[in-house]
Amino acid sequence: MFFRLRFAPDTASTFAEQYDWLFYTTTALTIFFTILVCVLVLVFAIKYRRGQKINRANAPSHNLYLELSWSIIPLIMGLGIFAWASYLFVQTRQPPKDAMDVYVVGKQWMWHAQHSNGVREQNMLHVPAGRPVRLTMISQDVIHSFFVPAFRMKQDVLPGRYTQMWFTPSKPGVYNLFCAEYCGTQHSEMGGFVVVMDQADFQQWLANGGDDLPAAPLTMVQRGAKIFKDKACFTCHGEQDILQGPSLVGIYGQKRVLKNGETVLADDAYLRDAIYDPGKHLLKGYENTMPSYKSKAEDNNLGGLTEEQVLDVVEYIRSLRLSTPPATPGSSPAVASLTPAATVSGTTN
Amino acid sequence: MSAASDTIQDAQTKRPKSYLDNGHTVASWLLTGDHKRIAMLYLISVSIFFLVGGIAAGMIRAELVMPRGVFLENDSYNKVFTIHGVVMIFFFLIPAIPAVLGNFLIPLMIGARDLAFPRLNLLSWYVYMLGGTFGILAMLFGGVDTGWTFYTPYSSLYSNSQVGLTITGGFMAGLSSIFTGINFIATIHKMRAPGMTWFRLPLYVWSHYATSIIMILGTPVIAITIALVAVERVFRIGIFSPELGGDPVLFQHLFWFYSHPAVYIMILPAMGVISELIAAFSRRAVFGYHFVAFSSLAIAGLGFLVWGHHMFVSGQSMYQGVVFSLLSFLVAIPSAIKVFNWTATIYKGSVRLQTPMIYALGFMGLFVIGGLTGLYLSSMGTDIHLHDTYFVVAHFHYVMVGGTIMGYLGGIHYWWPKMTGRMYPDRWGKLSATLVFIGFNLTFMPQFVVGYMGMPRRYHLYYLQPEFQIYHIMSTLGSSVLGLGYLMPVIYLVWSLKYGKVAPANPWGAKGLEWETSSPPPTENFLEKPIVTRPAYDYDAEADEAEFEKLVAEGDPRAYAEVGD
Amino acid sequence: MAAITAPAHDHHGPLHHQFDDLEQQNETYILGMWAFLVQEIMFFGALFVSYAIMRYKHPMDWWAAHTELDWKLAGVNTFNLLVSSFFVAMAVRNAQLKQPGKVVGWLFGVILCSLIFLVIKYFEYSLKWQHHLVPGPSFYYTGEANAGVAQTFFGLYFAMTGLHGIHVLVGLIIFVVLTGLWIARKPIVTEDYIPTEMCGLYWHFVDLVWIFLYPLFYLIPKP
Ligand code: HEA
Ligand code: HEA
Ligand code: HEC
Ligand code: CUA
Ligand SMILES: [Cu+2]
Repeated sequence: MFFRLRFAPDTASTFAEQYDWLFYTTTALTIFFTILVCVLVLVFAIKYRRGQKINRANAPSHNLYLELSWSIIPLIMGLGIFAWASYLFVQTRQPPKDAMDVYVVGKQWMWHAQHSNGVREQNMLHVPAGRPVRLTMISQDVIHSFFVPAFRMKQDVLPGRYTQMWFTPSKPGVYNLFCAEYCGTQHSEMGGFVVVMDQADFQQWLANGGDDLPAAPLTMVQRGAKIFKDKACFTCHGEQDILQGPSLVGIYGQKRVLKNGETVLADDAYLRDAIYDPGKHLLKGYENTMPSYKSKAEDNNLGGLTEEQVLDVVEYIRSLRLSTPPATPGSSPAVASLTPAATVSGTTN
Repeated sequence: MSAASDTIQDAQTKRPKSYLDNGHTVASWLLTGDHKRIAMLYLISVSIFFLVGGIAAGMIRAELVMPRGVFLENDSYNKVFTIHGVVMIFFFLIPAIPAVLGNFLIPLMIGARDLAFPRLNLLSWYVYMLGGTFGILAMLFGGVDTGWTFYTPYSSLYSNSQVGLTITGGFMAGLSSIFTGINFIATIHKMRAPGMTWFRLPLYVWSHYATSIIMILGTPVIAITIALVAVERVFRIGIFSPELGGDPVLFQHLFWFYSHPAVYIMILPAMGVISELIAAFSRRAVFGYHFVAFSSLAIAGLGFLVWGHHMFVSGQSMYQGVVFSLLSFLVAIPSAIKVFNWTATIYKGSVRLQTPMIYALGFMGLFVIGGLTGLYLSSMGTDIHLHDTYFVVAHFHYVMVGGTIMGYLGGIHYWWPKMTGRMYPDRWGKLSATLVFIGFNLTFMPQFVVGYMGMPRRYHLYYLQPEFQIYHIMSTLGSSVLGLGYLMPVIYLVWSLKYGKVAPANPWGAKGLEWETSSPPPTENFLEKPIVTRPAYDYDAEADEAEFEKLVAEGDPRAYAEVGD
Repeated sequence: MAAITAPAHDHHGPLHHQFDDLEQQNETYILGMWAFLVQEIMFFGALFVSYAIMRYKHPMDWWAAHTELDWKLAGVNTFNLLVSSFFVAMAVRNAQLKQPGKVVGWLFGVILCSLIFLVIKYFEYSLKWQHHLVPGPSFYYTGEANAGVAQTFFGLYFAMTGLHGIHVLVGLIIFVVLTGLWIARKPIVTEDYIPTEMCGLYWHFVDLVWIFLYPLFYLIPKP
């Protein structure tokens, strides 16, 4: 039988490189203390074996300074590791502003990824090297966990709530993708691959609509617009605030004033709430007349929106800008991530 | 007083009627209030559960040899590791040391006639057995597939297996553990013999005191939490399921609020055992008694504040993570104190490398590795990658199997003469201890590597990652050696019940009240109420050596005979 | 090592064989009881935490759902429990003074109170049942609150008051037995007030839990 003998996973993100330094430092500490304790124990046990002629006089029963020092020295070393590790961790929680967005939905037992130009993938994720990527993730059923060992990166994917993770792939290649949180029968098979490509290859790939989808699909924004029309959201949400409902134009990333006087940021989670649970934060000047678009298991998603559709609508709302038609290239930094995709799909059509 | 002066002839002639002779009917065992008999009942029951859990472990290891699995379907594999985890934790490891050794020894060590509440003690065994029955029923009716952690909403809405029965079983095991805790606390506080002050208590008793605190404060929380999961399954109320308006992460908080302290329920008693063993087999008082005693309390206290380190990537806030991580580093320090103090205890001792001591030394090596790898997991930066991989699996087997089971087996060997009145063959003991040590490392060391390489836990298929296979093969090989190592004590200990040499009251020449009564002890433990006038671990390595030299000079064969040979 | 002989085993009096004297036995029992109550607090504690988090998440729905509950009936019950706690305290006092007749009187009071409590609780529950407010397949809620949250609210309501109700029921059984022992003038209760005191501690705890449950479920202010 032939085995590939390897001791470490690939290192394919900027974080992974920093990670390994910390990992090997902790390993050094572990080996040091393990050897220290084992050697001391063995040496003592053999040297002071019964019958060994050796001085046993004046054995101390305790020694405050000794005991304090072997409490405090490990404490300091531990705190060093703690500080370093926390510093790294805090970085992994702060995606850079210019990160490329990808949306991920986990469900028993597959991963859906969606690029903002609408390219979808299953159990695969294509990303460009050298560019920060931010994943916004949600689960349709139970808890999953998005795990890419080569990036040393993992984040649980929860039902009912967005979680985020980000990384900057550094080396083109194909890497394992796992679901790390136990999620039922096929948990072992809920995996796939992350493909890191050169920037140019990636743009090409994206322009061709991904690997397995033939023609250029609708972009997320386009799909969102369609839903907005199909579900008749426009009857209440138009260009202007009207009696039936507020205008959604330009609200993304703005502070919204609520009925109870609080202000909240209209981010992805806020918009999702507004669609699924409109009563949760009522806008100043409005009553709770908007129906909930939460899909119920009983009605087979009739009337409701799936998590993926909500992501589309949110992306659409995000693209709405006053006096600028949706998804026009270069309209504002907020839609910058759409720009290449929108141009590309424009040219290929 | 040393082993040599307390001869075997003495023991046979002077032996009074023991607790084993107090009735031979089944009823005299099943209705007993005697803590020693209840301990024996527990010994039998936890051994059976260990066998069940061990068989499941064998199935896991066999399945993982091939990347596409060997003989299990997805669902069956999930059920097997769940059974393995549930049985090993709730029905074996948590009751193992407290309910067997603790039950037997605490009254003996503090010079009491029994535990404070004998009937509660018996009740706790019955509740435990009832819980175990529910656990077994759950297996018979198709098993349960949630993992031992019962994460919601999978366990509350999605799983189609016997979650309800298993939860009932776990709930009862919890009740039994609470009863044990209450009993120990009351006993240690109020039933100590005259002169047995707090700081003359053996450290084993201290560690049980700390453990009981956790049992009383932690266990009710898990009991009600898993009960809520069952309620949510039946009545669909939304506490943990987001579909019904609940919060899945809340479950994890409540679960780990108990289950992290629970890992200290598992390790603290083992640490107590190790303190006894190291002292007795080095003929030295435990170095820095006060530090070691208080470190148990510190572990119990701080242990309640670190549960969030199981949830660094669960979506809890970053600031929460930082605090939990910091506290996890603090809780490592009392463990460090213990390890170093034990090491210092051996220094200038008069060391005998008999079976219990081999287990104790093995414990120290394995626990240090297990504990230090816990630091990788409590560092948030490194945990992102290692969480839910085989690295975690390796970590907790190092502490639970390498730590607690080594301590448990060491304790069983050490007190076996006291419990049964028979000696076991020491050579076989040493052999099995060595096999366990080697087999253990072979099983779980490779799992650190494969975990770092990214193998997620609870996976039985890895056909797209053939580079994992070599480590799984090593691990399975190791587990066979380990299984053999565990089988041997079962055989020779049972053998010794009939054929073993009759044990004297104090075969090891150890200190401690339990060695001052006959082996096995009479029903009332002490024929005369003991009065304690000296500190614990009143050993004198130098005097011991002097006596040894005298024996050698006289050419007395007892000088070289190891007990039990 | 000096030694004192173990006292002769006497199974007729209130002293159990594992103790040296009554004083030690009593201290041990009281300590055990407190340890038990501490674990009870943690037991209820997990439920209170779940309650707090759910109410924090859905304050409006919580308030709206609570209007279905009848604060007056429960108020009667609160008063009733407070009275019973007083009866228990008096029973313990008379037990210390070794006045069996009075003890029995007070204990009857306690039993009566706990019966009243359970009867009122029964009516409350059966009303909820008729209104389809018991979580499960038959749950049907038309009020102001989000129906899902209302189901959670009633789920917690039944879980917490139900667990408390079970404690009351257990208390009732305990007090019936205790009263029986007093009436029969059994020495384990007449010669030693501790059994009565332990039952009393338990009852005060049950009472105290209700003191928290009442405002948390019945008296929610509009947020
Ligand atoms: C007996 C059981 C036991 C014990 C004692 C421990 C002890 C510790 N554990 Fe472990 N742990 C488990 C059982 C146990 N654990 C289990 C069962 C799981 C997985 C549950 C599941 O998900 O299924 C787990 C998981 C687990 C995690 C979560 C991992 C994850 O899922 O991502 C973490 C994270 O912090 C952790 C940390 C620790 C720490 C810091 C200690 C510390 O207490 C260790 C302290 C000891 C030492 C540090 C060694 C001695 C010290 C020295 C030699 C001096 C040198 C010291 C320094 C430099 C500081 N453990
Ligand atoms: C006390 C706790 C305990 C113990 C002792 C063990 C013991 C072992 N465990 Fe286990 N393990 C867990 C607790 C424990 N485990 C937990 C909590 C999990 C997580 C479950 C989850 O994910 O939900 C886990 C998961 C787990 C996994 C990961 C599964 C997965 O994630 O897919 C693996 C894989 O190798 C494993 C292996 C082993 C092995 C080889 C042993 C060996 O040490 C076993 C050796 C023992 C035997 C082979 C039995 C032999 C005994 C005899 C012959 C004596 C007979 C006795 C009498 C007759 C009295 N365990
Ligand atoms: C019957 C009228 C009506 C319909 C149809 C309707 N809404 Fe609304 N919507 C409202 C009202 C009224 C509000 C303001 C009150 C509130 O915050 O709930 C609102 C608020 C919102 C908000 C938050 C706006 C802000 O400024 O913070 C979003 C986002 C939203 N709706 C999206 C949608 C989408 C998407 C659809 C269609 C799928 C839709 N709505 C259909 C009436 C409606
Ligand atoms: Cu999805 Cu595991
Ligand atoms: Cu932990």
